[in-house]
Amino acid sequence: MRFIFKTQYEQDISLLKHRGQLFWYGLLLAVLIAAPLFLDRFYLGEISFVFIYAIAGLGLMLLTGFTGQVSLGHAAFLAIGAYAHAYMLSKGLAFVVALPTAMILTGIVGAIVAIPALRLVGIYLAIATLAFLIIVEQIIIRWVSVTGGGRGMLVPPVEIFGLAVATPGRFFYLCLALLIVALIFVMNLLRAPSGRAMIAVRDSEIAARSMGINLAKTKATSFGISAALTGLAGALMAHHTGYISPEAFTLTISIQLLLLIVVGGLGSIHGAILGAIFVGFLPQGIALLRDTLPPAIGEVPGLEPGVFGLILILFLLFEPHGIYGQWLKVRQFFSEFPLYRRATNKRQKTYLRTERVR
Amino acid sequence: MTSEILQLLISGISQGCLYGLVALGFVLIYKATEMVNFAQGELMMLGAFVAYTFLDILQWPFYWAVLATIFVMAVFGVVIERVFMRRMIGEPPFAALMLTIGLGFLLRAVAGAIWGSDPRSITTPYGGGIFSIGDAVLGYENIAIVIGTAILCLLLYLFLRYTRVGIAMQAASQNQLAAYYVGIPVKRVFSLVWAISAMIAAVAGILIAPVSLVDPQLGFIGVKAFAAAIVGGFGSLPGAIIGGLIVGVAEQFAGLYLPPGFADTSAYVILLLVLIARPEGLFSTMQKKKV
Repeated sequence: MRFIFKTQYEQDISLLKHRGQLFWYGLLLAVLIAAPLFLDRFYLGEISFVFIYAIAGLGLMLLTGFTGQVSLGHAAFLAIGAYAHAYMLSKGLAFVVALPTAMILTGIVGAIVAIPALRLVGIYLAIATLAFLIIVEQIIIRWVSVTGGGRGMLVPPVEIFGLAVATPGRFFYLCLALLIVALIFVMNLLRAPSGRAMIAVRDSEIAARSMGINLAKTKATSFGISAALTGLAGALMAHHTGYISPEAFTLTISIQLLLLIVVGGLGSIHGAILGAIFVGFLPQGIALLRDTLPPAIGEVPGLEPGVFGLILILFLLFEPHGIYGQWLKVRQFFSEFPLYRRATNKRQKTYLRTERVR
Repeated sequence: MTSEILQLLISGISQGCLYGLVALGFVLIYKATEMVNFAQGELMMLGAFVAYTFLDILQWPFYWAVLATIFVMAVFGVVIERVFMRRMIGEPPFAALMLTIGLGFLLRAVAGAIWGSDPRSITTPYGGGIFSIGDAVLGYENIAIVIGTAILCLLLYLFLRYTRVGIAMQAASQNQLAAYYVGIPVKRVFSLVWAISAMIAAVAGILIAPVSLVDPQLGFIGVKAFAAAIVGGFGSLPGAIIGGLIVGVAEQFAGLYLPPGFADTSAYVILLLVLIARPEGLFSTMQKKKV
């Protein structure tokens, strides 16, 4: 069992809590950097996809997991990021200019969406973002001169200062680097006053307001940053598939992102990463499962979403803190062995909470 | 010109009644249990498939098949409540919402596995007939939708207003804890609410099946009905029907008079406008808490 004996105030906000973390995360990073040397092209592509999903998940985690605002419209931010980036690239802008511009643009759209959303709570907000998504989808289909409409558009390859990022290995490094930047950014945000304000808003809007937190500003910031991160993921996703069309950004994708953060573990940064790994590799797992199952079950057309739904239900019923919550319990079990008690992590229920009166 | 408007109005009302019915299911569950059932559209889809099984596979007479469908769906509603939703009492609303989203995915996959993904149609005794008012032409199926919705609303109103159980339900939806203290079995009321909601979904499924083909994707109409429920103010039963009618009629007019693309989005544009003007919907029951 590890006791962290704090001797300085800085330790409270340091990104790494102890030396053990430095070692393990360093090791993980070293393995990831070495991965293109020994991994197959196919797996590199898949892992890059997981990185992209992790960035998008991080964006949604900031909004839903840390600010408590449910969004069913994140596929729209993904789409705006992807299309803005691809359009600017096709007009001859450099990658290093187009990517941040697309991010900022998506962030601004996100902050604008937040303005009417500020007055909405819970389910009203979820459905308003859903409406936003469907309207964006129609705009993409109709605005043919920019988006190519239903035919979609090709995405030019990545080129950074003359270096073509054409191989899966190089793209892998690009995604990894951007994921790390995004991670450090979010971690840094969450230890700063603006991030703490978001968490306060999530836990109780009334309490947050009485401590002098500007609700509107905090929510708009959260929306904007969340949208910008998701836009970044969208731009990378456009490169990953090389071709974008409106079908790639539907409500199902939004729900998949929500699934990602719930399964990973709501309200933790680890959760976004673990959830992305889970969602990224689940289709492969189902494909394997399909071969072993009898054909009557294995060849059902909608099997994949069905399995997604089932897993989501099981997690919500039995492990609402997701994979990361489970990991914390396992770790606690071993570090406190043999003193671990099941009751330590008993779920607390609130019976008096109501959305109707607020 | 007038007949064109009349035609649009009538088909809008019949489409709106369907949205209203599904919205009614949403609102009923939300009012009583404070949970949002995102799988209401899927319940309707399932109702249509069950009706298809009784009518076209087992060849039952129409009215018996309707009763059987409603009964099967009521049992199914209770099962969902007992197996899944009861465990979510006291959990954050977001968790319950996600659970029903997962349930929707699951139900769609199950329906696909049982009935296949090919579109089906069901045979009704009133299918194919046409009724004309002036130049406006109306299928019997559409009239059935309007009449069915009206009867259902009346029954629901009488039930909630005059029966002991109905009044207990109203009490539970106003304040769960207080209802529990005065001896209302709140959990059993919840089961009942789910049963009624599933029965409404079954009726909606039977009514929609002749006008739109039945396949596992039918449940996506629930998303639009959801918008209708919010327009009407989530938590008001008449609001749900009125919201459905507004969305249904607007959709028909947008399809003819506005550029393409507006027909599919009009429901959501109205939703956003209503939410900006009145964040709690048109007929809201929300109160602000004073601190």
